[in-house]
Amino acid sequence: MKNESRKQWLSYLATADENYLISLWDNLNMKIEYNWLREPEIGSVMVQGKAGVTGDNFNVGEVTITRCSLSLDKKIQGHGYVQGRNKYKSKIAALCDALMQTEKKEIIKRNIIDKLIKYKNNKRIEILSKTEATKVDFFTLVRGEDK
Amino acid sequence: MYVSVKGGEKAINNAHSWLSEIRRGDVNIAELNIKQISEQLTLSVDRVMSEGSLYDKDLSALAIKQSRGDLIEAIFLMRAYRTTLPRIGSSKPIETGKMLCLRRISATFKDIPGKQKLGPTFDYTHRLLDFKLLADGEYEKAKIEKYDDKEIPHVLSFLNKEGLIQKEIPSGKTSKDITRNPINFPLTRSERLQSLSRGDEGFLLGLAYSTQRGYARNHAFVGELRTGYVEVQFEIPELGIEINIADVMFTECESVNQFKGSKKIPAQFTRGYGLVFGQLERKAISMALVDRSMRWKEFGEEYLGVAAQDEEFVISHCDNIQATGFLEHIKLPHYVDFQAELDLVRKIREEYKKNEQRT
Repeated sequence: MKNESRKQWLSYLATADENYLISLWDNLNMKIEYNWLREPEIGSVMVQGKAGVTGDNFNVGEVTITRCSLSLDKKIQGHGYVQGRNKYKSKIAALCDALMQTEKKEIIKRNIIDKLIKYKNNKRIEILSKTEATKVDFFTLVRGEDK
Repeated sequence: MYVSVKGGEKAINNAHSWLSEIRRGDVNIAELNIKQISEQLTLSVDRVMSEGSLYDKDLSALAIKQSRGDLIEAIFLMRAYRTTLPRIGSSKPIETGKMLCLRRISATFKDIPGKQKLGPTFDYTHRLLDFKLLADGEYEKAKIEKYDDKEIPHVLSFLNKEGLIQKEIPSGKTSKDITRNPINFPLTRSERLQSLSRGDEGFLLGLAYSTQRGYARNHAFVGELRTGYVEVQFEIPELGIEINIADVMFTECESVNQFKGSKKIPAQFTRGYGLVFGQLERKAISMALVDRSMRWKEFGEEYLGVAAQDEEFVISHCDNIQATGFLEHIKLPHYVDFQAELDLVRKIREEYKKNEQRT
């Protein structure tokens, strides 16, 4: 398993619209046995900015995060770090992370991860195309009295 | 000495029941739900997240509902909740250059790579009440156009290339999280920025305006203002893998201010920086102006004794929760304090009378 692809699926799970992710998971109707390593807990991550874009780091404020960890067996562990305060979303993320390391990988990828990618990409396209429609070309005019 | 006041329990409970009823308002009118607030009062929600220093739209909407729309009370609720959260860690510094912009403008250059994009703005509206909103649920749909999905570079980086503007270089100074450590003046710029970013919009607006009117003498242009979503990157401790853990909306303002130069360095523009949660551009611009005015020492400028230059004054008073906590506590029972003062003033008056009779 490459870190790059795990990084990708963890990212899409973390930032997924919670209702959408929950409906995708519930539709799969999978019964998975697992053990908690850490039950879901709500906390925060301090977001850092950079002074003047390139200067010193500084703390901007916190964002709510929910996390949990579970194991399917002795070898396979899943971690669910997600934005927001939804414990079920966090558990789904951890289960998906774990299952992505098993032979069920394809099912999860096709029915969840790929759909999350598409969902987020559509949101991005929507913003980009609306923003583009507000593009301006200001021009300055020489006033008559200057002639 | 502190003497507690007892009693009043029934009155307090009844007051809170009435608060609950009055918050609900006329029961013949549909009740507001949290999603309506977070979707339709977005900018109130943004302000409460920014000054509450916690990015969570549902919680912010809940706080607004609970506080009957009193935003400072809502911010208080957010801050109180925030203190109960275990801190999982700290993100990597965000890269605002990779922002998915809804809006991006520059008041200093009209032709910029990436172009000017107005986004959903109140600018250029006529500020006339729209009575259509009173009548029906009609709204205009946003238009769309074909786009280039390219990173939008920061405007000031172009001035940077010519050396026309002061560069922002990491100082190497270590900064404390002001929410976890008591603050000691003088502060680092990072500590000031953290404090400004959660500071009161109205207070910062007033101070920024004072600099424009001449109290600190540094004329500012908005070099760039952008609003949009930024990916927050965080390293998962168990895995050592950095993931995009959250998508957060920010508004960023870079101001361009008047020159500074010396015998060694030719004149160049200076800059101020504002970065806040949500679409709060008035606040971001104010923050940039106040950040700039507090940098006088760094740029070897004269201290003019004005409020916006005085970091101790600005930082000690920009937090509206500290301010309102201290201000509002004086309406709570102070009977014993006041009794002491009353005794004192009576005594003074008696002595005065005695002296008068003597003469």
